[in-house]
Amino acid sequence: MKKDLKFYRTLFISTFSLSAFTFGGGYVIVPLMRKKFVEKLKWIDEEEMINLIAISQSSPGAIAVNTSILVGYKLAGIPGALISTLGTVLPPLIILTAISFVYNQFKDNAVVNAALKGMQAGIAAVIIDVVYDLAAGIIKKKRAVSAIIMLGAFIAAFWLDINVAFIILASGAIGAAMVIYRERKRRRV
Amino acid sequence: MIYLKLFLSFFQVGLFSIGGGYAALPLIQNQVVEINGWLTMKEFSDLITIAEMTPGPIAINSASFVGNRIGGIAGSLAATFGCVLPSFIIVLTLAYLYQRYRKLTVVQGVLEGLRPAVVALIASAGLSILTLALWGEKGISDIGSINLIAVALVALSLFVLRKWRPNPIFVILGTGAAGILIYLNI
Repeated sequence: MKKDLKFYRTLFISTFSLSAFTFGGGYVIVPLMRKKFVEKLKWIDEEEMINLIAISQSSPGAIAVNTSILVGYKLAGIPGALISTLGTVLPPLIILTAISFVYNQFKDNAVVNAALKGMQAGIAAVIIDVVYDLAAGIIKKKRAVSAIIMLGAFIAAFWLDINVAFIILASGAIGAAMVIYRERKRRRV
Repeated sequence: MIYLKLFLSFFQVGLFSIGGGYAALPLIQNQVVEINGWLTMKEFSDLITIAEMTPGPIAINSASFVGNRIGGIAGSLAATFGCVLPSFIIVLTLAYLYQRYRKLTVVQGVLEGLRPAVVALIASAGLSILTLALWGEKGISDIGSINLIAVALVALSLFVLRKWRPNPIFVILGTGAAGILIYLNI
């Protein structure tokens, strides 16, 4: 594949249009990226793409952004990563900046306020729905430590107002300690 | 220096939101509402609503929105750049390390510890929004001041979500329409 201007233009247009027309975040855009880069453009093979998605899911940040960084990097190194990231980030950047300008004018509008007030209930329900599925997945594994981390992190965040970054770091450390402990015990037996 | 502050705040959001999507929510709330007071809880809830209805990741949407409200276009750019930069550095480093150490048990352990914490954090952010939806901006003063219309809307939305598993955007839009019909006429 030639890394000429046409290649970069296709890469940019692909990521830009995927990002501009995908509602619903990472879980929607990632399969569409697979379709575009694996099936349509044939730039990446299936197995490679699955590896890239696995890495992007275990890294911090938005999955859509992470995956496009990896795809760009895989195809054309750092310049490729920059172009594909730009393509992915520009649509939400432009749209939300524009909305933010209008928000000041329309947040006092009675109709908008009634709609937003109604939608608070919808958003709350959507998040409860997501949390229910995620928590059920954790509890199903029947690991006491996981359940304790979940409860502890909830209390720390909701009632104690502890900085979220500390909670993330602490639970990662507990997880690492737990695995090391389990490994040692196994070796001794 | 407001641009640096925006950059650093969203750098933390990008750095610590593991698991994508809703995982960024508690971090954004922490930075934007609690630490810096850039948005009220109601404005934050409006932002989430807007972010759900527009394309793009919630974290990037929030960075662009908050950045522009606090520091104009330059603020929007600073916040968004801050949000993406940790991904850029970490993802590329991980891609390299992953190939070499993917079987390492410590890495598996860290991920195992993070998963339940991330769920708890999303639950916490969700509960803040639920409180706002049911009791309004002043929070839970007494049980009697609960908004019964909101209770009904939450219950109905949950029922629809669990039963038919529609795209959440339709549920959110539906409650928006219900809000216009009900709140404007009482």
